[in-house]
Amino acid sequence: MEQKPPILSWQSGALFLVPAFLFIAVFLLFPFVWIFYLSFTNQTLLGANAANPQFVGFENYARLFDFDSWLNRGQFGSALFITAQFVIGSALIGQVALGLALAIVFFRRKGILRELVYVLVIFAWIIPDVVVAFSWVAFLNRDEGTFNAILSRLGFGRPDWQLEHALLSVILFNTWRGTAFSMLLFSSALATIPPSYLETAEVAGASAFQKLRDILLPLLQGHILTDLILITLWTFNTFSIFLLTAGGPAYRTEVVSIYTYRIAFQFFDFGQGAAIAVVVMLINLALALIYLILLRRQSVYT
Amino acid sequence: MKRIKHLLGEAAYYIFILVVMAFFGLPLLWLVLTPFNARATLAVEIPQPFTLDNFQQVLNNTFAVRALVQNNMIIAVGAMLGVTLIATLSAYALSRARVPGSSQLTYILILFSSVVTGTAAMVPIFLIIFNLGLIDTYLGVIVVFIGGLLPAAIFIMRDFVEGIPRSYEESALVAGAAPSRVFLDVALPLIRPGMMVIAIWSFVQAWGSFLIPFILLRSPERMPASIAVYSFYTEAGTPNITLVAAYSLLYAIPVVILYLFVNWRYGFRFFGGIKR
Amino acid sequence: MSGIQLDRLSKHFGSVAAVDEVTLQIQDGEFFALLGPSGCGKTTTLRMIAGLEKATAGTIKIGDRDVTTLAPRERDIAMVFQDYALYPHMNLLDNIGYPLKVRGIPRAELQQRVTEAAQSLGIDHLLNRRPAQLSGGQQQRAAVARAIVHHAQVFLFDEPLSNLDAKLRVEARGFLKHLQRQVGVTTVYVTHDQAEAMALADHIAIMEQGKVVQMGPPLEVYHRPRTTFVASFLGSPPMNLLRGQLDLAARQVRVNNAAISLEQFRGWDRLVEHAQQNVNVVMGIRPEHLTIAQHEIPQSLTGEVYAIQPLGAESLVIVQIKGEPVSVRLFTDDTPQFSGRVWLAPDLQRVFFYHPDGELIA
Repeated sequence: MEQKPPILSWQSGALFLVPAFLFIAVFLLFPFVWIFYLSFTNQTLLGANAANPQFVGFENYARLFDFDSWLNRGQFGSALFITAQFVIGSALIGQVALGLALAIVFFRRKGILRELVYVLVIFAWIIPDVVVAFSWVAFLNRDEGTFNAILSRLGFGRPDWQLEHALLSVILFNTWRGTAFSMLLFSSALATIPPSYLETAEVAGASAFQKLRDILLPLLQGHILTDLILITLWTFNTFSIFLLTAGGPAYRTEVVSIYTYRIAFQFFDFGQGAAIAVVVMLINLALALIYLILLRRQSVYT
Repeated sequence: MKRIKHLLGEAAYYIFILVVMAFFGLPLLWLVLTPFNARATLAVEIPQPFTLDNFQQVLNNTFAVRALVQNNMIIAVGAMLGVTLIATLSAYALSRARVPGSSQLTYILILFSSVVTGTAAMVPIFLIIFNLGLIDTYLGVIVVFIGGLLPAAIFIMRDFVEGIPRSYEESALVAGAAPSRVFLDVALPLIRPGMMVIAIWSFVQAWGSFLIPFILLRSPERMPASIAVYSFYTEAGTPNITLVAAYSLLYAIPVVILYLFVNWRYGFRFFGGIKR
Repeated sequence: MSGIQLDRLSKHFGSVAAVDEVTLQIQDGEFFALLGPSGCGKTTTLRMIAGLEKATAGTIKIGDRDVTTLAPRERDIAMVFQDYALYPHMNLLDNIGYPLKVRGIPRAELQQRVTEAAQSLGIDHLLNRRPAQLSGGQQQRAAVARAIVHHAQVFLFDEPLSNLDAKLRVEARGFLKHLQRQVGVTTVYVTHDQAEAMALADHIAIMEQGKVVQMGPPLEVYHRPRTTFVASFLGSPPMNLLRGQLDLAARQVRVNNAAISLEQFRGWDRLVEHAQQNVNVVMGIRPEHLTIAQHEIPQSLTGEVYAIQPLGAESLVIVQIKGEPVSVRLFTDDTPQFSGRVWLAPDLQRVFFYHPDGELIA
């Protein structure tokens, strides 16, 4: 209700904001607008169309949505379908659920085990892309990899993960890679819940499950939604799994970010790449809007 | 009955921890052990025989070493300085000047930046950098990193600044300090922990990234470590496993050390908790 | 040194008037308290005097200077904040010396003046410490030291004692008043604690919803509250307020079926004037002005004993009269032994009558 008085005059404030505004305009707003234009041209990197791209109308889009081949491997529809499985598997079930589970399991627990788990989860998050890709190639290797060493010891045989379960592999990989963010977000959110809330429930005789369902989860709703938005968008756009599979074998892990890369930066067909980017961004925007509407609906608590 | 339930709960807790630790730890274990192994292996094995030879060979590869200590450093430090400076100024303005709806603004900014990102955004960004004549320059890579990391940095930083009571600056104003002094004497020292976290976060992001330098750089002598690591592949395209592992370990170590430093000094966590 | 004049000072947040045409004269060298519940506009008023909030309308004068539009640093003031605002990255010497530093005072003189200020507050042995290494009471003294170090014309205090525990708070009251008398600087002190305001101030102004409802010396305000709001805000427990009806013919007031004769009441004429429009009144009587008896006494109200609270030097008896609590203060060494039905007789020289909307009648 009460507005806080400014400590910084609006002139200084504006001055402080100029550099950020420039960067955001050049690398966020301008690309967003320009990409719409590019998607209607036949811009390429080299050749005649590089200097003088021609307006081609909806041709790029028509090629994307050519429904005869749309769901064939290596086509846009297939990439979208793979992305959907990838996002549901590694973002929703993987990172968000596992991050939440970890934060709750270690809620109000101290000690070496918690520290150890946190450090390992965070290392998986901060170590460079290429390094973790190599580690996972080794981890998933059919004959020597640690994963199969454990599975065969347990009597599950030695599947060739990279070949037979490629999509599952990258889902596991991306869950491993990104869970730290959700875990940290949820544990700092949990830390803000006053102990008396839970103590009141405990005194009233609530079980651990009831406390979780009736107190913790409702209080975390806003955080969960925010986390879901960000993780979904980030997973949709991540490129790290390229280093693990390069989209293969036979396009089976080619999510849209890798598909875009192939079209735009291997074939240098920028017009076509821009059309893909436009569709991807519109899907992202739609997802963000859905979450935002949900967030608004639950904001009565906060 | 209650006792059994409790014991079962404890058992489930430890099994869960064991599985999680295995899942997150085992893939990294290979990275720690293999560089010291004379034999190339993809398995997790105690180095047999133990050797430091791999590091010796890696350090003899001047191309890869330069990628790590020069190219990676220039790019990561450049991105770090730019992001920290610009995010601090703008987050401070968003919190302390009268900016209507600044909290919603930063939230929308971080969402929008998560939409315009990845390979989709690389198409126009590549053309922007191309037209600015910055393809195959450090500066081109650095400014793209700054543009990409800035929204999240501003978001985290604004949250941090909001957590600092205004009475610090107000008491300095009343004590007779001019606004510029208030910022330098009082506000900046108070924001410093937040700046440190942003600095290290942006350094880590730029240090480990693959896609942006991969697309924007051309000359081998400017390639960062994420691409130089492929110099440990043979002509036929098969990796020299022990060398790749040794180089990867060297490449990962600065990030791990920085994380441990931040965690020890400031506690690695989110400020405030990200909620609207 | 100089007094402060506020002339129809207002602050609007959107359509809400947080401070509504406040006019005050604060004399040179006096200790002035702004008292009221949270949200009454007292802190906003103080922050406007400091220059931390812009006034929407009205003027502020410090001495002869109109400071309404000046920046805080141009006003020559010192302020102590509720959270003290001691800079965590500076030791106490630099914290207290900061107002001198920004005025370009040489380091040697700064150190000497900081030491003097710290000595007068008994914290000169702590100058090398950081705020985090100090107790709450020490931090509070350091914040006061920072305020006195540069000899400002005006001291402003924003609830400076509210973060201290009860014992320290009473102690701090003592040194604050002593210090203010010593340096003789005009002081404006914001608090929601009526005991603090009464104990410290030469004059208090009580605010309600952005307006000053009464101003005067503390005892005058205490003994003659102009509205039921003031009556119920001052004193612990506050004045008892009971609804009643005037009976002009019988020259009585009826409160809960008991009738009390007003033959001797000093302000009967004004009550008559009021009763011509409205026979309803609110009768106000302080807890110490009621006599309690276990048996029926003349001119009394009757009710049931609800609770007895021995406080040491005094005791409180809470009596319920038709569901409404009425406090009685007794100065006895023993725990009062009342139970069941009791009778309460008001001292008619000390009774006030208010209009049902709160204004004092007589």
